[in-house]
Amino acid sequence: MPKWFSPAVLVCGVMFAISPLVIAQAPYESTMGLVQKVFYYHMPSAWVFLTASVVCGIASARFLATGNPRHDRTALAAAEMAVLFGLVTLVTGPLWARKAWGTWWVWDARITSSLVGWMIAWAYLILRQYGGPGSEKLAAGLALFGMANVPFIYVSVNYWRTIHPATTVVPKLPFSMGFPLLFCLAAFYFLMFLLMKLRVRVAEQQARLDAIYLSLDEQA
Amino acid sequence: MLRAIWLIVRKDLTVEVRSRELAYTTLFFAISCVLVFAFSLVQEGRAAEGVGAGVLWMTIMFAGNLALGRTFERERQSETLRALMLVPAPRPAVYLGKLTGIVLLLLLTEGVLVPLVALLFQAELLAHPFWLVSVVAMGTLGFAAVGTLFAAMLVRARSRDVLLPVLLYPITVPVIIAGVRGTMAIAQPDFEVAVVRFWFSLLVAFDVVFITLALWTFEPVMTD
Repeated sequence: MPKWFSPAVLVCGVMFAISPLVIAQAPYESTMGLVQKVFYYHMPSAWVFLTASVVCGIASARFLATGNPRHDRTALAAAEMAVLFGLVTLVTGPLWARKAWGTWWVWDARITSSLVGWMIAWAYLILRQYGGPGSEKLAAGLALFGMANVPFIYVSVNYWRTIHPATTVVPKLPFSMGFPLLFCLAAFYFLMFLLMKLRVRVAEQQARLDAIYLSLDEQA
Repeated sequence: MLRAIWLIVRKDLTVEVRSRELAYTTLFFAISCVLVFAFSLVQEGRAAEGVGAGVLWMTIMFAGNLALGRTFERERQSETLRALMLVPAPRPAVYLGKLTGIVLLLLLTEGVLVPLVALLFQAELLAHPFWLVSVVAMGTLGFAAVGTLFAAMLVRARSRDVLLPVLLYPITVPVIIAGVRGTMAIAQPDFEVAVVRFWFSLLVAFDVVFITLALWTFEPVMTD
């Protein structure tokens, strides 16, 4: 790993360690009170989940087009990030919704498309795990379809009715709430970046090891 | 190109007409599915409103999944898939030929399913036959478009039988939503054409996007 990696991990750890303090500084939202603070973890994890899914889709498309295994390793790492941060999103969401909307789960456009997107990321990993040799290409095809799929789910569920806070809320936040949000957003993106870097590195080492085994077999 | 598609469809039809394996098994499975749903959902001779549309689409998906797996298993067992890949025609033609065969088979099954569901669940499915045929055909095409690609991809994968539904169902969620909602709107007493038209156009858009994507990905994923 590069030299900066260990200090970067330390910085990221400190950011997460002090994030509860930063969030505690933010004022209470007038109608939802304390429970609204889930938002400072919910939204950043949702953004990271979305970013990871998009990265996975684009890397898969490039892998299919070029056949370069480097893109495949990126896609794999991104899919794992999508599953991880998607889980955080899907757990923190209902916790907040229970208090804010009075129900754990609604079939709202954004929730439904997140759930299905998360399932597709999971299916991607299952396919890679159990599909046997050659499954990385099939998984890339799946990722591509998954990415194209999300707008359709969004539109179809949106046609009923949606109660999710609109995206226009965020730029209007006062600084006292905006700063903790940006802080958490930075922390989550930083974490995603470090984990991806680590995962790609592991995949690279695996590929190198496989190549060594193969060449040893040929010599024997 | 068109000729190649036609030849593949004709080959599949000939195999099917001689054995009738897929048509019989898919049809029998679909009917048993509907019966199981009827036993669990119809109480005192009545089903809850709108259940019929859901049952119809769930059955199409289950039966379609089975048929998809089987068509490609047949090609694999007799080692004809390699021959199919060696056909001196563009790869997309192979995909389209296979897709046409699956869609025909599913439409045949639906010809039996729709009246059966309408009867057992007292759903007014046949009130607007034109819209029903349009929605069902477009939904089937979308489901089969994704399914044919995935089933073809998985032919060489391990544990393909379980992997097919695992991959196929999350991707075809929009087809299910639009199909069920559209069919429900058709069966409603106060029929609104605008609602049905919305779901129908969503299905058409889905079909266009996913068939285009499948044509593009079929070549790289089917090449070793």
